[in-house]
Amino acid sequence: MKPYVKFGLLTTVIIGTLAWLAVGGISDTKSYYKEVSELKKMGDEVYTKRLRVAGDVAEGSVQRNGHEVRFLLKQNDLTVPVLYDAMDPLPDTFKGGAQAVAHGRMGRDGVFHASKIDAKCASKYEAKPGKNYQPPGQTAPPASGAKASL
Amino acid sequence: MENLGALSLILAFCLSIYAVFGSIVGKWKRRPFLVKSAERAVYAQWALQSFAAAFLVYALLTCDFRLAYVAAHVNLAMPTLYKFTAWWGGQEGSLLLWSWILACYSAVVVWQNRGKFREMMPWVTATLMITQAFFLLLITYPMSPFEVLAVGKEIRAVPDGNGLNPLLQYWSMAIHPPTLYLGYVGFIVPFAFAMGSLITRQPGDAWIHTTRRWTLVTWLFQSMGILIGAGWAYAVLGWGGYWGWDPVENASLLPWITATAFLHSVMMQEKKGMMKVWNMVLVSATFFLCIFGTFLTRSGVVSSVHAFAQSPIGPYFAVFLSIHIAATAWLILDRLGYLKSEAHLESVLSRESSFLFNNLILLASCFSILWGTMFPVISEAVTGEKISVDAPFFNRVNIPIALFLLLLTGIGPLIAWRRSSFESLKKAFLWPTAGGIALSGVLFALGIRHLYALMSFGLCFFVLITVAIEFVKGARAIASKSGQNLLMAMVELTHRNTRRYGGYMVHVAIVMMFIGFTGAAFNKERTLQVAMGDQFELGRYHLKVTEVKEGQNDNYSWGHAVVEVYQGGRKIDTLTPEQRLYSAGQGQQSSVVSIRRRLHEDLYLNFAGMQDGKAIIQAYIFPLVGWIWLGFGALVFGTLVCLIPSKVKFEFPKTKVMGVTPASAQPKAVSGD
Repeated sequence: MKPYVKFGLLTTVIIGTLAWLAVGGISDTKSYYKEVSELKKMGDEVYTKRLRVAGDVAEGSVQRNGHEVRFLLKQNDLTVPVLYDAMDPLPDTFKGGAQAVAHGRMGRDGVFHASKIDAKCASKYEAKPGKNYQPPGQTAPPASGAKASL
Repeated sequence: MENLGALSLILAFCLSIYAVFGSIVGKWKRRPFLVKSAERAVYAQWALQSFAAAFLVYALLTCDFRLAYVAAHVNLAMPTLYKFTAWWGGQEGSLLLWSWILACYSAVVVWQNRGKFREMMPWVTATLMITQAFFLLLITYPMSPFEVLAVGKEIRAVPDGNGLNPLLQYWSMAIHPPTLYLGYVGFIVPFAFAMGSLITRQPGDAWIHTTRRWTLVTWLFQSMGILIGAGWAYAVLGWGGYWGWDPVENASLLPWITATAFLHSVMMQEKKGMMKVWNMVLVSATFFLCIFGTFLTRSGVVSSVHAFAQSPIGPYFAVFLSIHIAATAWLILDRLGYLKSEAHLESVLSRESSFLFNNLILLASCFSILWGTMFPVISEAVTGEKISVDAPFFNRVNIPIALFLLLLTGIGPLIAWRRSSFESLKKAFLWPTAGGIALSGVLFALGIRHLYALMSFGLCFFVLITVAIEFVKGARAIASKSGQNLLMAMVELTHRNTRRYGGYMVHVAIVMMFIGFTGAAFNKERTLQVAMGDQFELGRYHLKVTEVKEGQNDNYSWGHAVVEVYQGGRKIDTLTPEQRLYSAGQGQQSSVVSIRRRLHEDLYLNFAGMQDGKAIIQAYIFPLVGWIWLGFGALVFGTLVCLIPSKVKFEFPKTKVMGVTPASAQPKAVSGD
């Protein structure tokens, strides 16, 4: 049985090391997913945690200055100002009206400092027919009644 | 017409159900004709699905905008190629492709084995067809690609469609999904044979021998799919990364990892009769992870930049997976007696043990990735808060794992079976170790201080030397007998045992990729606003923006910056990073980066648009990244070599299993003590 004992010991060491790395990795990189409204309710811990904030990019709020980009992330009538100044280019899908997730930290100045932005155009490619494809001059009932299953 | 498409899918669904019951009942009641008819049902449902797929493709190519799927994924301006690839550009079409590939595989399996494995085949057919029925259910009911647009009760076409997502209008995105699916779906075949073998209590390794090639081919497709996806991300997403630990990427990597583990541990079963239970677990896990990956990408359970819509198919997958996992677990536990190991681990310093560590570490990696990917879901269930982990988490765990695997890649093939003495180890590994350490030392002296990078380069060299020694040693032996030159002798050597030497080639391919991955430690980047005629510097390059050109075609309007590249005062290249505005997707932007690819580094330029009359240019240098794509080529080559039949048939000395008695009856007789 000796080889099995040795093997078991080595296995324990390896798994232990990896588990240690994993636990450290999680506590260092974990970030909390919040919507804009939840962010507003967080109180002081908003400044201490890594966050990803989800909302819509407010139309017309995007200001670019070199690689620095400022915009408002909004949910219903709540907004959060976001400053993005990392090196990576913003995704092509990022623009006013898109759904976006900003990764970063909340600053004491009330501005969210993002290091990464994910964006997707609000379900554009799985869009509901009817709304988008309305032939001009027609006033047919949209979305709900527009898809007929065979 | 569209009725016929939908109808043929419904008929195919019925036939696949018939095939399941036909083969099981036929086997049970010993009615060979019923079994035969079930096999014919497999062909028939393949034909029906092919017809449905052909109809969908026809509708896409002819822009039949009465169909919701066509209207959502094609527009008139798109080139024909992308109209075709729009087949897998959306949810419904992708699932149809998945289902159709499965139908093709099933038909091939049934055809290949029409005269063989009469015991096992009905169960293989049944296993295949259960999954087939599941996917057909998805595309007939909740996710039909043949839904039409209607106003009230009248079917009505729209004048033009939405068009394919511009990000997908790129050649490698055209082939990435089908390649990956060929991999994903293919793993069901080894799984089906494994189940067939378990259910019918086959004593031997017949299922492994018959599915060896399948496994290798599917593994090849999966590797290609993943790497093509990485290449696409590199060339299209505009930030120069090829891997971001996104849930969808992880989903494709998970089954690849377990499949890689399986490809290795299967050798233990073939040569030593060990790890039989483990192989069953691995082959099942691979299949489940393939289904799970499809579920992850297709249901929107984890949010992803790949932006697939939320959809109602999640629960279907959950039910399918739970039933399968429970059934498989029960089956394996119930048949443990037939999966007894024929040999024992004799020493920690042995080939067996290196295989065990290889498997252990691959599985650890797989588990960590699964854990990280599912962390938001798990944490929400436990604490009520959605917490996610980022790329650093995955890197922190997986870089050490990868380095350890690299070490094993060097050690494994050279270490003896059963047990190895320190003496023989010293002999085998003296030069490789010295070489690896020497290279790290030299790089350190040259000023590289990145610990992982030093280790990685050292290990890469270590593995290369071990492989080189294997080839040279073998080739010399042949050359001395036959008088061929060394190169011809190497070809001969490879031909004699293609699996072994093809395997080494794949190892070299992996080393090449590691060289490329390690280059990422030295990336350089700069973002600038440049006026026309201005120069800027990056690394050794001087870059000068001379003009910005604009233009338009039916599909998109474009603008590109013309950037001249100088090195040492001499103009060496002109790059034209481009930005496009597609008419598809209501004016979606898409960047087409311009890359000067060289083996030592890529110069990578992205044109991020104009501001105040100045061009915004993002310039990057990615050292060594080209080695990843070279490694890709080598991997394909090596795997193809593995698939060539060996000239010499090897008989492995192994305990022969003459018959098996259930463990409860006669435990001693089976274990071979």
